[in-house]
Amino acid sequence: MDSGLSPQDKKDLDKFIKFFALKTVQVIVQARLGEKICTRSSSSPTGSDWFNLAIKDIPEVTHEAKKALAGQLPGIGRSMCVEISLKTSEGDSMELETWCLEMNEKCDKDIKVSYTVYNRLSVLLKSLLAITRVTPAYKLSRKQGHDYVILYRIYFGEVQLSGLGEGFQTVRVGVVGTPVGTVTLSCAYRTNLAFMSNRQFERSAPIMGIIVDHFVDPPCSSQRPANMGQPCNYRAPDEEDGGPFAGVQDSQEVCTTSFSTSPPSQMLHAGKEGGVVLVPAQPPHGADAHLTAEHAPNTPGSSGDDDGLSQSGEGRRDEGRRSVSPSDPVESLNAFTRKIGAFVNKPSTQVKRIFCKCLNNISLICLQRPAFSKDDLLPMDLGTFYREFQNPPQLASLSLHISSQSMADDLDSLPEKLAVYEKNIDEFDAFVDMLQ
Amino acid sequence: MNCRSEVLEVTVEARQVEEAMLALLHTILLHRSTGKFHYKKEGTYSIGTVGTLDFDCDFIDFTFVRVSSEELDRVIRKAVSEFKDALGNSGSDGMGQISLEFYQKKKSRWPFSDECIPWEVWSIKVNVVNLANEQERQICREKVGEKLGEKVINVVEVINRHEYLPKMPTQSEVDNVFDTSLKDVQPYLYKITFQITDSLGTSVSTTMRRLIKDTLAL
Repeated sequence: MDSGLSPQDKKDLDKFIKFFALKTVQVIVQARLGEKICTRSSSSPTGSDWFNLAIKDIPEVTHEAKKALAGQLPGIGRSMCVEISLKTSEGDSMELETWCLEMNEKCDKDIKVSYTVYNRLSVLLKSLLAITRVTPAYKLSRKQGHDYVILYRIYFGEVQLSGLGEGFQTVRVGVVGTPVGTVTLSCAYRTNLAFMSNRQFERSAPIMGIIVDHFVDPPCSSQRPANMGQPCNYRAPDEEDGGPFAGVQDSQEVCTTSFSTSPPSQMLHAGKEGGVVLVPAQPPHGADAHLTAEHAPNTPGSSGDDDGLSQSGEGRRDEGRRSVSPSDPVESLNAFTRKIGAFVNKPSTQVKRIFCKCLNNISLICLQRPAFSKDDLLPMDLGTFYREFQNPPQLASLSLHISSQSMADDLDSLPEKLAVYEKNIDEFDAFVDMLQ
Repeated sequence: MNCRSEVLEVTVEARQVEEAMLALLHTILLHRSTGKFHYKKEGTYSIGTVGTLDFDCDFIDFTFVRVSSEELDRVIRKAVSEFKDALGNSGSDGMGQISLEFYQKKKSRWPFSDECIPWEVWSIKVNVVNLANEQERQICREKVGEKLGEKVINVVEVINRHEYLPKMPTQSEVDNVFDTSLKDVQPYLYKITFQITDSLGTSVSTTMRRLIKDTLAL
C-alpha cells in the first residue's frame, strides 16, 4: 500500500497523522470545558503551531491521548475515539457523543503529502472547531456545574457506539485522502436525552461540599506529582520544566511551516538538513505549489517518539468509567487532587477548572465560588450562609439569663445606693432647684 | 473552470439577521482563510498562524467559531450591517440575499482592467418574520440556533469535498489570489454583495451594492 511513497513522505505522513490526532483530541476536549475558547492569530509562523492553527495543548490531554495511542497511529481498523459523557451529581452517567478518527482503505496515491495533505488536514481541523460547537453536547458543557459535569475518555481500537442509545445521529466532519488511506473524522451523538428530562435539576446545595484548597498543600503532599500545587494557569508546553508530562514536549517539535512556489520544471534538492526533493509533476487539483519542507533537526524527544511509532503494542484502551462520587465528598476531592494537573482560566478567578484524574478517568469539573463565600480556606456555601442568616444568634443584652442576673445584682446593691443618695441629698435638691 | 455555487436559506426574526449572517459568513471565511504568507528566498514561503474565537450570539441560541482577527470581523460586520439596514427598510416581511463570492484576479493588458473570476459563491437567502409574543420569540431563538447548526454542517460538508482551489501563488501573484490587506490573516480574495426583495418576491430595486475588496479602477 505504501508503494510509491518515498521514505521522507512516509515519515512526514506519519507525523502529520500523529499530530492531527493529538490536535483533534485537544479541540474536542477544549470545546467541552464549558467556556469560550480564544486564541490569537500570528502573522509570523512560530514553528510550533501545527497545521497553521493556534490550538493550545493542554498537557494532561496530550498525555492521555498518547497513552491511548500507545505509540500507534490511527489506521485501517484502528480508530481513535474520544467519548464525551455526562455525569450528574447523583452519580448517574450518560454518553453524549463519540468522535471517531478513522482510516479506510481508499488511497489517493497522487496526492502530495507535504502540501496538499497537510493543508487539507488544517481545513479539517477548522471544520472540527466549527462542528464541536454545533452538536448538542456543546450547550450541555457550557452549563455544567453543580448539577453535572462533562467527562471524556480516549480509546483506541474499535468504535463503540452502543452507549449512545437508540436513534443516535452521525455527522461527518470531513475526509482527507492520503497515499495510505483516507482519514475520516466523524461524530456520533445521542439524540435521546430522556434520561436528563426525568431527572431533577433544581438548584440544591453542592453535594460535595467542595473545599477550594487549590493553592494549599493537601495532607498527602509527598504523594503528589511534581506539578501539584503550581499556579493554576495553563502553560504552553514550551514553558514547562519537565514535570510528569515531560513526554509531551515533542508535541511542540517544529512543524512544517515552509512551502515552495518553485515552478514545476525546477527540481530543487534541498541542501539543508531535513529537506526534501521537490516533485516536478503538477498535482491534479487545486494548489500545485511544490513543497520544500524544512524540518527541524530531530530532537531527542522527537526521534524517540518516532521510534515509538513503529512499535507494536497494546493500542486498545478499553477501561471503563467508574463512579467518582464516594461517600465523603471532601475525601473524594482530596483523592481527586492527588493526581491533579490543574489550571485556572486567567481572566476569571471566579471559575476554577480542575482536571482530575481518578482511576484512569479524566473529569472536567467546573467549580464556582458561590456568593457570600469567605476568603478563607473554608468558603461558606450559600446554603450555610442562608441558614445562618435565618437563625442569627440572639443579642447578648436580650438574653433572659443575663438580664435576670443583672437585676439580682441591682437589687443587692440597692441599699448601698440609697445610702449614698441620702448622704448627698442636699446636692440633689440644689440640682433640682437649678433646673426649675 | 466552472464557479462553484452553494445556496443556504434561513428564516429569522429581524433582530436575528445580523448574528445569523455573521455566523454563516464567518464559518465560511474560517475555512477560506490562511495565515499570512512570508516569502523567502529560493521560492519558499512560510505561513502564519490562524487563531480562532468563540462568539456567543445574543438573540440566537448559538455559538460559532470565527477567525481571530478584529480587522476581518469589522469588514464582515460592516457588510452585514448594511444588509440588515437595507432589509429593515424594505418592509415588514422582507426577503433578501447576501452573497459571499471568492474570486481570483486575472491580469489583463492595458487598457483593460483585471478580470475577476469567481471560483466559489455562497448565497444566503434570508426570510424575515415578525413574531407576536415573547414565547414565540423564545422558540424562534432555539429553532434558529438549530437551523444554523445544520447550515454549519452543510458548509463543512461542501468545503471538505476539497474541490477546486486556486493555485498557490508566487510572491508577485499573491494579491491575485489572496486578500493581503489584513495584518494577521489572509483570506482568499472575496467580495460581499446583497440584494433585497419585498414580500411579494419582486425586486423592488436592484440594490446591488458592491463592497469590493480591491479597487479595479483603470
